[in-house]
Amino acid sequence: MRLRPVGILLLVFPLTGCNGWQSALDTHGPGAGSLETLFWIFLGVLATVWILTMLALVASLRTRRRPHADPLSEDPAANRQMTGTVGALVAATAVIVLALTGFSYAYQKRLMGEQDGTLTIKVTGQQWWWQVEYEDPQPSRTFTTANEIHIPVGEPVRLKLESSDVIHSFWVPSLIGKTDNIPGRQNVLELQADREGIYRGQCAEFCGWQHAHMGVLIIAKPKAEFESWRNQQIASASPASDDERKRGEQVFFTSPCIMCHSIRGTSAGGKVGPDLTHVGSRLTLAAGTLQNTRGNLAAWIVDPQRIKPGANMPLIQVEPRDLNALVSYLEGLK
Amino acid sequence: MKHRPVLDVSELPTYAFGARSPMWWGTLGFCVLEGTGFALAVGAYLYLAFLNPQWPLSASPPDLIWASLLTAVLLVSVIPNYLAKKYAEAEDLPKTQIYLIVVLVLGLAAIGLRFLEFDRLHVKWDQNAYGSSLWALLGLHMAHIITDVADTAVLLVLMFTRHAHGKRFSDVGDNAFYWNFVVLSWLPIYALLYWGPRL
Amino acid sequence: MSEAFAAPDPKELRDHQIGGPELTARLARTWGTKRGLIGALSTVDHKIIGRRYIITAFLFLFLAGLAAVAMRLQLARPESRLIGPDLYNQLFTMHGTTMMFLFAVPVMEAFAVYLVPLMVGTRNIAFPRLNAFSYYVYLFGGLLIWVAFMLNIGADIGWFGYVPLSGPEFSPGKRADIWAQMITFTEVSALAVAVEIVVTVLKQRAPGMTLDRIPLFVWSVFVTSFLIIFAMPAVMIASTFLILDRLIGTHFFNPAEGGDALLWQHLFWFFGHPEVYIIFLPATGMVSAIITTFSRRKTFGYLALVLSLIATGFLSFGLWVHHMFTTGLPQLGASFFTASSMMIAIPNGIQIFCWIATLWDGRPVFRTPLLFVLGFFFIFVAGGLSGLMLASVPLDTQVHDTYFVVAHFHYVLIGGAVFPLLGAVYYWYPKIVGRLMSERIGCWHFWLAFIGFNLAFFPMHITGLMGMPRRVYTYQPEMGWDNLNLLSSVGALIFFFSFVVFLWNTITSARSGSLSGDNPWDAGTLEWATSSPPPPQNFDRIPVVTNREPLWAEREMLPVAAGLSVENRELIVSTVSEARADLREASPEPSIWPLLAAIATGITFISSIFTPWAVVWGSCIVGVMLIGWFWPKGSKEDEE
Repeated sequence: MRLRPVGILLLVFPLTGCNGWQSALDTHGPGAGSLETLFWIFLGVLATVWILTMLALVASLRTRRRPHADPLSEDPAANRQMTGTVGALVAATAVIVLALTGFSYAYQKRLMGEQDGTLTIKVTGQQWWWQVEYEDPQPSRTFTTANEIHIPVGEPVRLKLESSDVIHSFWVPSLIGKTDNIPGRQNVLELQADREGIYRGQCAEFCGWQHAHMGVLIIAKPKAEFESWRNQQIASASPASDDERKRGEQVFFTSPCIMCHSIRGTSAGGKVGPDLTHVGSRLTLAAGTLQNTRGNLAAWIVDPQRIKPGANMPLIQVEPRDLNALVSYLEGLK
Repeated sequence: MKHRPVLDVSELPTYAFGARSPMWWGTLGFCVLEGTGFALAVGAYLYLAFLNPQWPLSASPPDLIWASLLTAVLLVSVIPNYLAKKYAEAEDLPKTQIYLIVVLVLGLAAIGLRFLEFDRLHVKWDQNAYGSSLWALLGLHMAHIITDVADTAVLLVLMFTRHAHGKRFSDVGDNAFYWNFVVLSWLPIYALLYWGPRL
Repeated sequence: MSEAFAAPDPKELRDHQIGGPELTARLARTWGTKRGLIGALSTVDHKIIGRRYIITAFLFLFLAGLAAVAMRLQLARPESRLIGPDLYNQLFTMHGTTMMFLFAVPVMEAFAVYLVPLMVGTRNIAFPRLNAFSYYVYLFGGLLIWVAFMLNIGADIGWFGYVPLSGPEFSPGKRADIWAQMITFTEVSALAVAVEIVVTVLKQRAPGMTLDRIPLFVWSVFVTSFLIIFAMPAVMIASTFLILDRLIGTHFFNPAEGGDALLWQHLFWFFGHPEVYIIFLPATGMVSAIITTFSRRKTFGYLALVLSLIATGFLSFGLWVHHMFTTGLPQLGASFFTASSMMIAIPNGIQIFCWIATLWDGRPVFRTPLLFVLGFFFIFVAGGLSGLMLASVPLDTQVHDTYFVVAHFHYVLIGGAVFPLLGAVYYWYPKIVGRLMSERIGCWHFWLAFIGFNLAFFPMHITGLMGMPRRVYTYQPEMGWDNLNLLSSVGALIFFFSFVVFLWNTITSARSGSLSGDNPWDAGTLEWATSSPPPPQNFDRIPVVTNREPLWAEREMLPVAAGLSVENRELIVSTVSEARADLREASPEPSIWPLLAAIATGITFISSIFTPWAVVWGSCIVGVMLIGWFWPKGSKEDEE
């Protein structure tokens, strides 16, 4: 039958897609791990059902019974048998549906059960970046960053999800399923990474022009490294020491930059755009769109609209000399 | 295919009243559809009411007087409405005309009262979500009163022309049916908007 | 003494007095549509209106398909600069909106408008002028949004327009208003047709067509009409609230003033979930019809199939929250919707098993309609099963809003609705046009469509699991999604090309297809009892029905009712459950008022995008048009 080559072709695909740093099938946390297991259970059951149904269909086409001259003829015995078979299949369907519902509930309970993260981070979705605020019982130990979230390995972390404009959705598939950031509400999401590494996430609710470029990185490291990173982030920006960076600092403070961005420890206190206090220490720029390199940083500053058309960052006129200094200044904000 | 006549329909009547008439079912269909719309608007109102810690929001609930008068007028109008339908089914033209006039007058009074009701509300539609949903529910019902009053007026005029015979009596019956829906749909909305906040 | 019982005029010619070609010709004159532009615009013939609906809907399918091709070309390579975010957002919005509101529902309604009166054995649909009106309103709504798109003010908020993105603050200008008002147009149109179908099926069935003799396709659109009546008001309320928020400053969806962003989602999805069953259920009716005819066997499990339709209809109203599993709703509530979403698999399963049973007991005839039905099984069942994954709250948190969902709904909608629809076109084309479509081209069409579809959409299950969200105009090269996206794009092009082949087949067959005759498939239902295409009056005499498959039961002679007028438009109104002939009702003549009323309605709706006062003066104009419409003209049809 002509279905066979198509079938073989289709079988190749599932083998190509299991690895990736933003994959629900390459999981590194207990949450996503459970979900992956649930997925395979469902897939196994449902694929079997599909195959059996297709076999029944094919069989029905090949069956050549005694030709009914009259399409309306009744055969009570055959009818009873067929009714019995269909009845049994319907019952089997109901049992499978019940079983899958049961599995779903069981996993749901397991996932919703743990709510004991001690590290609390508020993640506010904005068009088109993530504002990240680390909370702490001591106000002096709170700090704000953007687009990159560091967490200690092996510990549950609680994220409080909010939005300052439209609906976004926070999703890091290797660690946990997604939850929406809805203006006017706060949702809570618990996640945990079991292995050191960098896990990428992306906004998963259409939020306008640059929804496609709203990535987030979660970086899991051992507790001690995490704490030292945190202490570094809590600290204000160190003042510029060399001439190039001093000039860059001057450029920053005489440009419109300070209208939108903050650099703790200076007079720049804009709340509209991402906090830049430690921007030099981040792996990416523009919410996971660009690698954080000198060249990319310069390109971003010179023409953000070319990289993320529609982004809220306006074009600022910067002389090439000043640009180099500015980039050096920002790069040094580690 | 060759035909074999097995049924003679030439003596069947050409129109009927109530559920025998397709137009009655069409009217019912529209009542159900509009009723669903009302139910959903009420649902939205209740949803917002339960979501907000306080309800009504920053405003006192609307005064009872105009809406209660309106409710009374609508309830009273059910009687001439019923009579208009009854005499239409008996194909008694003079009586049908009279009771249609009475229903029309009461309908116009209802519209007037509804205008007063809107004017005396304590919150505007653009003040907050309570104002928005209050005005929406009242506006939705107002639209229904206006359309049925207009329909009654046209039908009334028609019943004074040369067309006032036959199937037109069935149309009067269907219009009465729709007016009953307009009155009936008001009662739960009245209870919700006026008595709900006072309980 | 009521006029209703007045004795019929003895001078009036009745259909038991003449017969044969003379009867056909005279009835055709009575029921026909005048030639010329005014004649065409005033027609109330359900067949002409149905054909218009079908052609218009397929035109929108092509436009939406072109949008999809553009999207797939952009996504074929990472960080492609072919199409920027603004145009891309408009494209996916136009694609989804057009497919859902301007193609899928209207085309199913279109087939219902054309086929139901023929299948139940009557001469016209109920409320024929309303039928004409609803087509024009639909056309105007579609034109509104596509003209806006051509003028670069197309909607760009996605087909389900979530607030606050679609609200006044984040979608300035008129784009979202145009989108919301287009919804009003299409919903008015759909609701009107739904009421017509319900009344036609309840009151105009041929004598003897008891409830258990109603064809399954008619049952499917009958149940669908109830879904439309109960579901569409939700989206009308939602879109009205949105326009009010945007135009006059209400706060339904503004959390700062007591409103709620999720209110939109509840209202929209309360409509949105039944909407997909509004699309799917008529397709199951088409599948039933095709399987019965091409198995040459009466359908197995008629009662079970009818009950499944009704059960699916009811259940579909209890699923909507499964679109909101990631919004942070209470877990217990969400779990209920997992159960209901899974449960709907049971009536669906009943249908699948009954169809396979019918095939099992029959002698299958492998023509193009059956090929598409087989394609339906393959694709739809896969889509339905992936739906069970989405029904699970925890699983959904991973796959919601990803390409996995895109794969799922294309599998259920294309597999579950478009494939049956294509089969239905090949099946009923001979009845509508009078010629058969080419089987050879049909075979090519099927395989191109089947292969192209699967190539395009199967990889999306995988890209979704690999982390690719929906509605992204591009993606980064290091994500590893590029090869699968390229494959999808190639498949999409093949799939689109299959529609070109289909178009070619429909056009060339109209000119040179072999003549079909009344009943080329030897089917059993009433539409095949009259000529192809049917005369304006549908049947020279109204059939009397004795079996669920009337033409299989009465092969030699068709039992008919006699006594209806030949000179005036008359049809039989019957009782609801037993279909006893009850009234001899007059059917409206052609009229230009439905078009005028539709134009007035269109002007009202479009102007109200710009000013709220348009509702006031617009309604007055519409009112005047409606008076013109209903004012009796003194003709026999109007007075009786």
